[in-house]
Amino acid sequence: MIEIFDLITVGLFAAAIRMATPIAFAALGGIFSERAGIINIGLEGMMLTCAFSAVATTHFLGNPWLGVLMAILIGALLGLLHGLITIKFAGNQIVSGTGINILALGFTAYMSQIIWGSRGASDAVQGIEPISIPLIKDIPIIGGIIGEHSPLVYILIIVVVISYITLFKTPFGLRIRAVGENPAAADTAGVNVYRIKYLCVIISGMLAGLGGAFLSLGHLNLFAWGMTGGRGFIALAAMIFGGWMPAGALGASLLFGFSDALQMRLQILGILPPQIILTLPYILTIIVLAGAIRKVTPPSDYKPYVRE
Amino acid sequence: MNEKSKKFDINILELASRIFEKLKLEFKTILPQLIAISIALLVGALVLLVSGFSPIEAYGSLLAGAFGDIYGLGQTLTQTTPIVFTALAFLFAFKAGLFNIGAEGQFLVGAFAAAIVGISFNGLPSIIHIPLALLVGAVVGGLWALIPALLKTELGAHEVITTMMLTYVAIYVTGYLANDVFRAEGWVAQTPLITTSAELPRILPPTQLSASLFLGIILVGLTSYVLQKTILGYEVRAIGLNPLAAENAGINVKRGLIIALVISGALAGLGGAGEVLGVHRRFIDGFSPGYGWDGLAVALIGGLNPIGALLAALLFGILRSGGMTMNRVTGVPIDIVTILQGLVILFVAAPVIIKYLRKRRAKND
Repeated sequence: MIEIFDLITVGLFAAAIRMATPIAFAALGGIFSERAGIINIGLEGMMLTCAFSAVATTHFLGNPWLGVLMAILIGALLGLLHGLITIKFAGNQIVSGTGINILALGFTAYMSQIIWGSRGASDAVQGIEPISIPLIKDIPIIGGIIGEHSPLVYILIIVVVISYITLFKTPFGLRIRAVGENPAAADTAGVNVYRIKYLCVIISGMLAGLGGAFLSLGHLNLFAWGMTGGRGFIALAAMIFGGWMPAGALGASLLFGFSDALQMRLQILGILPPQIILTLPYILTIIVLAGAIRKVTPPSDYKPYVRE
Repeated sequence: MNEKSKKFDINILELASRIFEKLKLEFKTILPQLIAISIALLVGALVLLVSGFSPIEAYGSLLAGAFGDIYGLGQTLTQTTPIVFTALAFLFAFKAGLFNIGAEGQFLVGAFAAAIVGISFNGLPSIIHIPLALLVGAVVGGLWALIPALLKTELGAHEVITTMMLTYVAIYVTGYLANDVFRAEGWVAQTPLITTSAELPRILPPTQLSASLFLGIILVGLTSYVLQKTILGYEVRAIGLNPLAAENAGINVKRGLIIALVISGALAGLGGAGEVLGVHRRFIDGFSPGYGWDGLAVALIGGLNPIGALLAALLFGILRSGGMTMNRVTGVPIDIVTILQGLVILFVAAPVIIKYLRKRRAKND
């Protein structure tokens, strides 16, 4: 008989980190986009397309790292698409993001059938092997939790740090925040508002791409229909809960990752029907979002900027 | 005699030119949508070509499937029906400035609730049983939307995230209920059949087209009326245009937002109920191919106008029903329909694209 406390293991926390990683990448993507004044609810579709691109590229070229690169590239292109529609054509940001999400769902399912002849899941491909960190791995408990992961998990930590430094310690970051907070003033001060917005939404897509690549190549080593399962939206909630700060978003992502890992283990326990347990991460997202929102202020009013 | 006929000719000409002017005006308003659809079809053709299919064959079999015979036509209208409801749902919330992207979830809970009412109350006369099941479907759909509505007005949580999350919850919860608690005997995860007294009549046998289509058309008119001619509609539109100004004008914005989202959810729930009572006669796990998402696209293509939405719903009905035939005949994956849908949304997302293209052409000329 498995007891509930038996579930609280080193493996659970390691799994939490694994489940948090794609959410955190996408949440960072959300931060870059929203700091520059563009809502990106297309994160979900960007992740999905990139998860697919990563597997398809690995399938044809045999090297998962090329798959990751392709995911970043496709993410950048989708970011550019979102940018073109919302910046150049002043289109509605939420409509554009929804369009990207639906297009992604259709495109990946379509191409899955063309390439693998199956709508549900692709063939397995070579994934990215986990690496272990020499000294940390040997620390009791902590070593088991953070000592051995996909390299993308460690890349995530580096990206969080770089994102923080970029946004808050460099002139570029200052410009990004200025563009989000007051584009007219930034423009007057000589900042190229449109260029900053484009760069940010492209970075946003690239980060979502990394999240997608991790989702497909970091663990399962295949692409499955709709495999993002709302993680792009959960990432938005993590971004908000983290106060639009990289470290905050990482923390919030860990919380959601933990609920996801716990959910999978509770299914083994069999005390509740699996479908009910599966709702846990979504309900937690709603609760966290509802609890957090009054305490944080968005960094922008998200209006399309039209130069006078 | 000659003179008289000349006069008559002139009158006809005048009338014709007037009609022409009117049509030109109508055409101008739907031109951006037509262009968006055309570009989407072109890009879709490119996708087909690249993946080794003949676009002409694919689109040809799609059209033949959607209109070829009475069965195809019935299937087209059957697929159109639920989309009319979900399009109205998206549209109504949108008029208040709300993005209800969770119509799929409200549709599912409404469908399930209607199925339960349809299974229960054996022996009730149809004239009570059908309206009761529809009403319960609408109420449950509305209550499902009340959650994000309150989360927004009381706590400020954005409805885009909450409605989306609740859609996943709805998928899993209805899936559980159909798999477990209310599961009928057999291999498929579905509830037992509803009793005959709860069945919405089929209007084009042997196809599955049901009277739910009429209900949808009535609701198109009703939605239009409510939005244009009632105080509620006026308030909803005022809130959508500028919530601050609406507040200053003495409109209770919170109340307006809640009502708009609940009505939106009720419309989606009613659509789900219509599907269960008219088409499937039971709730089947995973029966919706994404009618909720279709509604969003359709409302946008319809220019956020109820009658426009009805026409756009027909277009998507054609795509969905013809898409099945296309899949059977040519082997093109049905997901090309979803691709087209995404593309159309992207192209209508930016109304300026059309203006931009025109301006550029003017410059080049």
